[in-house]
This record gives sequence, structure tokens and C-alpha cells, in this order.
Amino acid sequence: MKATSPNEAVIFFAGDSGDGIQLTGGQFSETVEIFGNDISTFPNFPAEIRAPKGTLFGVSGFQLKLGSVKVFTPGDQYDVLVAMNAAALKTNLHQLKKGGVIIANTSGFDKKNLTLAKYENGTNPLEDHSLDNYDVHDFDVTKMTQDALVDTGMDRKEIERCKNMFVLGFVYWMFNQDLKYTINFLTDKFKSKPELADANIKVLKAGHNFADTSETFTSRFSIKPAQLPKGHYRNVNGNQAVALALVAASKKSGLGLFYGSYPITPASNILHQLSRYKNYGVKTYQAEDEIAAICSAIGASFAGNLGATASSGPGIALKGEAMGLAMILELPLVIVNVQRGGPSTGLPTKTEQADLLQALYGRNGEAPLPVFAPATPKDCFKITFMACKIALEHMTPVMILTDGYIANGSEPWQYPESKDLAEIKPPLIKERQSDDHFLPYQRDKNLVRKWAIPGIAGLEHRIGGLEKEIDTGNVSYDPDNHEQMIKIRAEKVEKVAEVFPDQTYEQGSEKSKLLVIGWGSTYGAIESAIISLKEDGHDIAHVHLRMIHPLPSNLGEILRHFEQIIVPEMNNGQLVMVLRNKFLLPIKSVTKIKGVPFTVQEIKEAILNQLRHG
Amino acid sequence: MDKVADPKSYTAKDFASDQEVRWCPGCGDYSILNQVKKILPEIGVARENIVFISGIGCSSRFPYYTETYGMHSIHGRATAIASGLKAANPKLDVWIITGDGDALSIGGNHLIHLLRRNFNVNILLFNNEIYGLTKGQYSPTSPIGKISASTPQGSLDYPFNPLMLALGAEGTFVARSIDTNPTHLRETLLQAHNHHGASFVEIYQNCNVFNDGCFAPFSDKGIKEDHVVMLEEGKPLVFGADLNKGVTLDGFKPKIIELSNGHTPEECWIHDPTDRIKATILTQFFEYSAEPGALPRPFGLFYQEERYSYEDHMEDQLKQADDKNGAGDLDALLSGPNPWQVA
Ligand SMILES: Cc1ncc(C[n+]2csc(CCOP(=O)(O)OP(=O)(O)O)c2C)c(N)n1
Ligand code: SF4
Repeated sequence: MKATSPNEAVIFFAGDSGDGIQLTGGQFSETVEIFGNDISTFPNFPAEIRAPKGTLFGVSGFQLKLGSVKVFTPGDQYDVLVAMNAAALKTNLHQLKKGGVIIANTSGFDKKNLTLAKYENGTNPLEDHSLDNYDVHDFDVTKMTQDALVDTGMDRKEIERCKNMFVLGFVYWMFNQDLKYTINFLTDKFKSKPELADANIKVLKAGHNFADTSETFTSRFSIKPAQLPKGHYRNVNGNQAVALALVAASKKSGLGLFYGSYPITPASNILHQLSRYKNYGVKTYQAEDEIAAICSAIGASFAGNLGATASSGPGIALKGEAMGLAMILELPLVIVNVQRGGPSTGLPTKTEQADLLQALYGRNGEAPLPVFAPATPKDCFKITFMACKIALEHMTPVMILTDGYIANGSEPWQYPESKDLAEIKPPLIKERQSDDHFLPYQRDKNLVRKWAIPGIAGLEHRIGGLEKEIDTGNVSYDPDNHEQMIKIRAEKVEKVAEVFPDQTYEQGSEKSKLLVIGWGSTYGAIESAIISLKEDGHDIAHVHLRMIHPLPSNLGEILRHFEQIIVPEMNNGQLVMVLRNKFLLPIKSVTKIKGVPFTVQEIKEAILNQLRHG
Repeated sequence: MDKVADPKSYTAKDFASDQEVRWCPGCGDYSILNQVKKILPEIGVARENIVFISGIGCSSRFPYYTETYGMHSIHGRATAIASGLKAANPKLDVWIITGDGDALSIGGNHLIHLLRRNFNVNILLFNNEIYGLTKGQYSPTSPIGKISASTPQGSLDYPFNPLMLALGAEGTFVARSIDTNPTHLRETLLQAHNHHGASFVEIYQNCNVFNDGCFAPFSDKGIKEDHVVMLEEGKPLVFGADLNKGVTLDGFKPKIIELSNGHTPEECWIHDPTDRIKATILTQFFEYSAEPGALPRPFGLFYQEERYSYEDHMEDQLKQADDKNGAGDLDALLSGPNPWQVA
């Protein structure tokens, strides 16, 4: 047996949407995390819920990189490809490293599957020597699962559903991992149906034993635990992290959380998650559409709650008018855009960063809002929490841009203790302070107005979408007043930069040869590329923006140190436009708009290309 | 200005804001504003707990004129905003002010969903059968063939029957009143306020600039007597100048009988606002016709039903979750069920 001990490995599970691929990937991720590996994952599923079995477009995938070193991305190429059927192999083989491992379920390569996967004349790739350069392990998972459960009296369909556990057991063996975590998980999941728990565990063990006893298998990976900083960890994906941050901000501000939303991929999970937190005082409201969703959140915010809403491209487009209302009312509101491929319905289950300009400018009139962009799944917690704090303390709607990639991707997270989270102090007035008329639009030094919520005697006031007179908030059509109010509201948002941490370097320094500016989920690929280039002797700097409006106060200062700046983004060049406009510098754009993240290799090439050709 | 702490000692004046009312002179909105200000001292709610939410339109300027909390929001969305407000704080006394364009055209979707959810709020729909603020285009309640700014040859669309719509959307309180009958309007508003659930009140409101007299048959002395029937619980449906006409039901078909011809009021349809089928028939007294023998237009409470409100259910679920899982602990939430330690 050949045991290899690389620093990292990438495994890709692929099969029909009904094959339990996401669950298998999730279990494997959590097991290796608890073992101590650093990981990064990327689930990739079709837009159809149960696409016809065996088809190329119905393949569901789960990508995971695990390492004994810091892991930044789910990886460019796979070391191991698990293919539950022919279509899964066909659609993913090109990403497998030469000589990589293929684990194939032979019963997914019958005539029907081969035809559906469009293998010419039904030739079976497992038999025609086309895979000779790979390390292929093919066996009949379906049959061995049936054999393991033959005495249980379960019907074929039920047995069929356990076959992912056989593969998981097999892969655990390959990666030297314990079954314990998954056994506990299954026991808990099927608490009310112990016979199903037993069956799944039996199959899991059968897969593990099969790998152990069978002598044909030669590859085994032994990846040591990573040197992660000491502390308490959990696994988190981006949507979970957003949900947790909203609850945390509600607790830290002492305000109820109201979350109004309308289902849309890939944002729905935030709603699902928050709806389970009712004992945290969280009110979730599935509205009739996205307009109602944001409007309900505005109503809740007027009532003194932390009002929040999330959606994706098409839904965010619908919310535009109401965002403008929240902006002119100067009420706190959190709007999360889990971006996906556009325009229109676009690529609902794929990832993209093409809503940046919409976030910055997509409202009528002069209606600026702070716009934030977390870089990784765990970063979604920190940035969302910070965005909530700014919304509440500065009385403004804020927009958070995540995307399908970090929303669904997961990684280990050294979660904070609640006592270490910043306090949030919204400018609420608790009671009437003088006999004078209450002035709802009087401002403090940060230009923030006071928040008087219904229920407080003597502070009755009316707010609305019509332009307001300075201080009083009364309707005003006065030209000078309008211009001043536009400037005041814009300056209020600009002042957020004063409380936001200064921009720092992720890699390199002002002495580096070239600067890469990233935002959002391109973080991992940029970091990996730069670290890898460093090993080849290149000194490259990386700055990753967490706030895009207003831009961090010291960003201009940083940019002026560099002659060469590139901005990779998953759109047609949006941040680059903003930066060129603001700083009048010849910044270069690197784009990818394919619905999938940049690979590390692509970023490396972009940097080398820039260094070579200037 | 703020001497009144005890709700019972308010007067209508306490509810007047310092803003100058800017509707056209003679607009029906004035009357509605006055009646609302008159009933507010009677409802026994402290001024600070009252909130008016409106959309956009002439009528939607309303919140600026009441000394309560208020929001003049965006076109069609007052219902959606009020839903979130009420869910967030069920203790507030929430009033929605909307027009026929605001509620039935751009905001139609939110209106029907609010009604089925049955939030405990009051919806006052100022129906003037026209778009006032945008200067006189036909609206979803304008009769077919309406000549308006945008329909010089007459409008093509068939109008909504707002009360039928409200009933169809599972509204639990459905009523109609009119700006020119202040007493009736006040009574209807009070009833609406006392209902626990979504109260839908359609108020006929004259836009004397763009649609003057569109409700004259129901407001003008000498005509209205033959065209209006007032609904009162347990009372027969009688109308006419000397209450000489009545409505009976022949199966499901309403018929007019002459009470002078030996018929008595006892033979008439006795109004029962808890009868949904009859309420549905009543909403269909809608085909206005000047012909003698045409059905009169009913005013008053058509239908009322007790049904748990959305925010009640929501509070219950929160409490159940609390009872079952205990008040949420943030640290437990952050760690999740499967944390591990790196030593
Ligand atoms: C999104 C949007 N579309 C259109 C308008 C223009 N608009 C303002 S009020 C109105 C119609 C008002 O009619 P109605 O609701 O019947 O109110 P009224 O003015 O008659 O009281 C329209 C179309 C707007 N303000 N916002
Ligand atoms: S336009 Fe009509 S509805 Fe609007 S204020 Fe004037 S009279 Fe009233």
C-alpha cells in the first residue's frame, strides 16, 4: 500500500442530485475539521431540484480541500474524484489531476447511464483504457450496499438511499479518518427511526471495511492536522455566518431582530436558519415578494427593531425603491445580497460579483449607502456584525454583498465569545427631554439623527419619503434645503470611513512590485496565488476591501505606492471602474464571468502577465 | 401641547399636527381627516401608541396632519410596511391610509396578503375612482368607459369591486362608508377600530377636481334615498325616501319589494354581518343603475369574523420556542452543536 503525506488534498464528490452528495461532503468536511485539518469547501449544484437521473446537467458536486497548512480555496484541481455515475465522471474529469484517484460506482455506468452521459456508442470509460493514466477504483457500490442490508427487510428504494454512506466509509479509510463523528451524526439524525440509523451506520462501516480488506487499493492519504491557532472552532458557511451575526447584533444592541424575506437561491438558507431562532426573540417573516420583504423590515425598524432582509440579484432589483425610502428616512436597515450569476434569472446556482454597481448606484436620486463585502465564509460573521453596528449607530441602511460561493462554502471558524463582541449603541431616545418640539432630523457630530420609536409620549413625529426640512423633518421643497440635505446625507455615509478599520495588507507591503486589489470571495484565490508566487521569489501585495462605500480612508495613500495595480473580479470590471474614477490611476482589470470562482492558477497568470508586460 | 396624559381626556384638537393641510378646497379628504380626529379621543389609546402609515397619493398625505407617530412611505407599500411594524410591536394601534390606486393597483398584492394574514390593523381606503395626485388618470375602481386624462375615448378595464376583493382575500372586517355622512363614517371607524383583526373600510371620497360628483347618487339629497341602503345588524334592508322599499332574497337572488304594497319590513332581508354568503351577495349590489328597481348601494358593516391575527400567532410561536428551548444563549448559538478545540 502506498501512503502519501501531502500537505493538502482536494476531493470532489459527484453524483445525481438525489445521491446525497451534499450530505456526504458535509460529513467528510466536519470530520476532517475536527481531526484538525484546515478546509475550504464549495458545493456546486444544478438549478433543477431533481434533474432527471443520470443526465449531465443533473450532476451535483461537493468540492473540498483539506490541509495540514492554511487552506484558502477549495482548490483548482482534484486529487480524488468520486463519481457515482457516468455523468459525474464526464463533467468533472477535466479537473482531475493527471494520475489522480477515481472512485467510481460501476452500477452508475450501465448502458442507460452511459447513454445519458453521452459516451459515444455507449463505450464505458471504466473499460476502454481511456482512464489508464489515473488510479481507478471501481466497484459496485449499489450491490455492496444491498448486500450489507440484505437482512434488514428494507425495500430497494430505502437501501438505495444508503449508498452514499458506503462511499463515505471508503473515503474515510482512504484519508485515515475516524467514523465516529458520522456515526454520532446518524444516530442523532435518525433518533426517531433507529432502524435507519443502524442501516446507515452498517453501510458506512461496510464501505470502510471493504477498503481495509481489499488488497487492490493502493492510495492512501495521510494529512496531518494543521497548525491552527489555539482556541474553539466550529464549521461555518457564509449564509450561516450572516444569520449568526444578525442575531449577535440584535443581542448586543438590545433590539429585537426582524427578518423579512422572500425565498431565492442562494439566499434562502438565511431565512431557514433564522426561523429556527425564535427563542432568541428573532421574528422571521416570509413576505409575498421582495418589495414586501424589505418594506416589512422598514416597518419593523421604525418600530425599533433591527430590521433586515436578504435576497439575490432579481430580488435586490425589486427592493431598490424601498432602499431609497429607508435611506431618506434615515432608519437602520440591513440588506444582504447573496450575489449569483445575472442578468435577470441568469445562473441562479452559480456565483458572480456583478451586482456591485447596482449596490453602489442602483437607486433613484442621490441615495448612497455603506456597502460591505465579506471575503470568506467566516468573514461573513465579522463584516455582517460590523455592518449591523454601523446601520444602527449611524441610522442608515447598509448593503452587504456576499455571493453563492462564500454563502455555501464552509471553513473552520474560531468563533468569538459574546463578551468579546463590540457593544452596539443605537441613538435611541428613551423619553422626551425638553418642552421644545422634538426635532427628528437634528444631528450629532457624525450627522446622525436620533431614533424615536412609537410608544414614547411627547416624541410623536411623522417621517416620509418627501424631502425634509433640515432639523424639523417637515416636508420642504426649498431648493437650497434640498441640496443641503443631499450633501448632509452623503457626508453622513462618508463619515462611516472614520469608524471603519484602516485598510491593511493581506500580503506584501508598499515595497512590493505589484498590488492586487480584491473584494469579496476572490480572497482565497488571490492569497494562494501570491503565497505561491512568493515561493518563486515574487513580492506581490494584496489588499482586500471589506468596505466599498465609503472606501477606507487610507486607501488612496496605499494605492499611490504602486505603479502596477490589478483588480481581479467575477464581473465585467466594476470595482476597477470605481477605483479608477476615484483615484484617477491606470488600474488594470482582470475578469472572469463564468459562474465559477477564479482558480489560483488564473490569478497567478494574471499577475505574471502584468509583471511581464507592464 | 403635551398636557394630555390620560387618553380619555383628549379632544380632537390634540390630534391635529402643526402642519398646514394641503388638499384642494372642497376635497372629501378633509371630512375623513376630521372624523378620524374626532374618534381618536374615544378609542382609549394613548397618542404615542398610534401610528398612521400611508402610501403615495393625495390621500396618503394624511399622516402629516395627525399628531401621532406616522410614516408617509412609497406608492402601494403602506400595507407591507404596516405589517412589519405590527409584527415588530403588536401593542401599537396601526392605521393604514391608502387610495384606490395605491391599494388596488400598485399595492394590490400587499393588500390581499395583509387581509389573509389578518394583522390587527385598520385599513382606510379612500376611494375616489381616480388618480388624484397624478392629475386625473382613471383608476382600478373607475367604471368602464371612464373618460380621463389617459383615456380620452374611455377606459377599457373592468373595475375592481373592492369589498368583494376584500372578502375574497379572507378579510375579517369589511365595511363601506362615505365622506359626506360624518356620523356614519365615525361609527364605522369606531367599529373598525374595535375589531380584532384587519379592518377594511372603503370610504367613498369625492375628488372635486378630477372626478367631481362620481358618488353623487349616494350623497346628494333627493337622489341618495333611492340609491343607498344602510346596513344595521338585525335590521331589515329598507330604503327609499319614506323607507318604502325593501330587499328580499329569492334563493340567492336579491329582489326589491314595495313596502307600500302590503309588504312589511319583516319580510325583508335581515342584516347579519356574520353571514358570509349573504355578505358576498351584498358586495354584489354594485351595478349602479339609475333605472327604477335597481339595487341600492349598501353602506355599513358587510361582514365581520373573529380570527386569530398574524401577530398573535407570531408571539405564540416565540413563546412556545422559549418554553421548549429556554431563552436563547448567544454563546451556545455561536459555538453551534459541534465545536472542537485546538489545544
Ligand atoms: C412607484 C411609483 N409609481 C408611480 C407614482 C406616481 N403616483 C403617485 S400617486 C399615484 C396614484 C394615486 O392615486 P390614488 O392612490 O387613488 O390616490 P389619490 O391621489 O387619488 O388620493 C401615482 C400613480 C409614484 N409615486 N410611485
Ligand atoms: S386632486 Fe382630488 S383627491 Fe387630490 S386633493 Fe384635490 S380634490 Fe382631493
